[in-house]
Amino acid sequence: MPAKVTVEDVERVAELAHLQLTPEETGSMLHDLNAMLDYVAELNELDTAGTVPLAQVTELISAGGGGLRADAALPSLDRAQVLAAAPETNGVFFKVPKVIER
Amino acid sequence: MRDARLSSEAKATESYAEKPPALAELRAGISAGTTKAADLAAGYYERIGEINPKLNIYLSLTKDRALAQADRMDALAAKGDPLPPLAGIPVGIKDVLVMQGAPATAGSKILQGYRPPYDATVVAKLEAAGAVLLGKLNCDEFAMGSSNENSAYGPVRNPVDTERVPGGSSGGSASAVAANLAVATLGSDTGGSIRQPASFCGVVGVLPTWSRVSRYGLIAFASSLDRVGPFAANVRDAATLLGVIAGYDPKDATSSAAPVPDFAAESDRPVEGLRIGVPAEYFAEGLDAEVRTAIESGIAALQAAGCAVKPVSLPLTRYAVPVYYLIATAEASANLARFDGVRYGYRSPASETLSAMYSHSRDEGFGAEVKRRIMLGTYALSAGYYDAYYGKAQQVRRLLAEEFLRAFADVDAIVTPTAPTPAFKLGEKTGDPLAMYLADIYTVTASLAGICGVTVPCGATQAGLPVGMQVLAAHLNEGTAFRVARAVEAAKI
Repeated sequence: MPAKVTVEDVERVAELAHLQLTPEETGSMLHDLNAMLDYVAELNELDTAGTVPLAQVTELISAGGGGLRADAALPSLDRAQVLAAAPETNGVFFKVPKVIER
Repeated sequence: MRDARLSSEAKATESYAEKPPALAELRAGISAGTTKAADLAAGYYERIGEINPKLNIYLSLTKDRALAQADRMDALAAKGDPLPPLAGIPVGIKDVLVMQGAPATAGSKILQGYRPPYDATVVAKLEAAGAVLLGKLNCDEFAMGSSNENSAYGPVRNPVDTERVPGGSSGGSASAVAANLAVATLGSDTGGSIRQPASFCGVVGVLPTWSRVSRYGLIAFASSLDRVGPFAANVRDAATLLGVIAGYDPKDATSSAAPVPDFAAESDRPVEGLRIGVPAEYFAEGLDAEVRTAIESGIAALQAAGCAVKPVSLPLTRYAVPVYYLIATAEASANLARFDGVRYGYRSPASETLSAMYSHSRDEGFGAEVKRRIMLGTYALSAGYYDAYYGKAQQVRRLLAEEFLRAFADVDAIVTPTAPTPAFKLGEKTGDPLAMYLADIYTVTASLAGICGVTVPCGATQAGLPVGMQVLAAHLNEGTAFRVARAVEAAKI
């Protein structure tokens, strides 16, 4: 874990995360990301060669996940109710600004 | 001069702590008809109206639904029908769990005004058990924080001392019980968000085994770590609550099929002969001296009650916070991708294109800490860095979990301080994210390993600030954690 994060890195990651940061936010993010990455670098002290990553703990619990429900059709949420929570709809679909930039 | 300063300090600090009545006592009254559930609920709403403006615990109230439920319970009692286990008991819900038609903010501006069209499974289970759900409780934005200062709706104040934080992220859930604005509450715990605030507020908080309680209807933060659990004023009531909300849910494929024992009955069993492990790593540099003294008294009480106390070694503990912050932020960056201004919540008004609308809505809707974590998580998952950060953290996560499993081969429970300090002052750590993250140093380990635990009040500092002892047990052994916590509670340290 060598990295020293640059302003360009912050801008690239913000784009990946769909965050339009202000210049001020970019500056504080640069500082905080570098501080965090310095801190987590201590994990390099540990030799983990050959250790299988643990993504979640179900395998460690004897009666783990109860598993999938029966594959049977059930009613889904009421469309009118769901659309009522959206910022903009046409009553059938969610509406968004234009997708293709010109 | 000195006296004047002291008296102004004394004036700034107020206390609203009040212990809620025990569940069994309330239930007996409701069953006999001497207490009306409707009156009880009305009384709680009155107290909330009076005290909430000072503490900022409830974000919204679900009065109509609560009073209708209370009337149903009173009608059952009047007919002499058998009452469900939580009949008429006033319960508050952390605002990261959804209730149909009620505001669900997750402490964030991005969800302002959102009213979900369904109930979380735990909400449905509580109501089926007769509970009266009073309203939604304040918390750090998307459950990210250790002081409740990251809520977009303002911080919660600690009922024991209003100049101090209640802990976080379930600060509202812990404070509500500490101030008797609910008999019990639900919270969520990803890295300590139930245990640390319970400790800071002097109440009982439960971290169930990961998979023990359904997460359906919990607004996700880090799915491999997120758990829903109860807060109560005493261990037995917390155990009763867990019994109600635990169990397999077809709507959460990760929920465990393991049978749910009678946790309250388990908590009644004596602790004599139990083997209690004490890890030196949790009593090292950074532990407040008064917290140490209180926890040592708790350990002595367990010994006096017939437990065999022995040292255990958990040397990887020091790596837990970095592992936690890599994994939790990586998962959060994926989970929070859904907040995009399309289906619910806030949309930035002036965007010409879809991608600009996404970015502006998210930048304007999320608070600083949430953005910081999304950025760190996105970075740790990005091409070229995945193996070095996220992959490495997952490897160390396995080592940490294995270390706990080895320890539990020799002991039935492990006891530690829940937090390194008592409740700190508002504003004390807000300028330094890393210092804030270290408030979770004793709680993130169990989160990563998926094991269960209970935090129980264990004395106080000279200034009267509560101290909590964390009792950890192996996967699905909540019953043992409740037993040990009960013995600490009985010792009245």
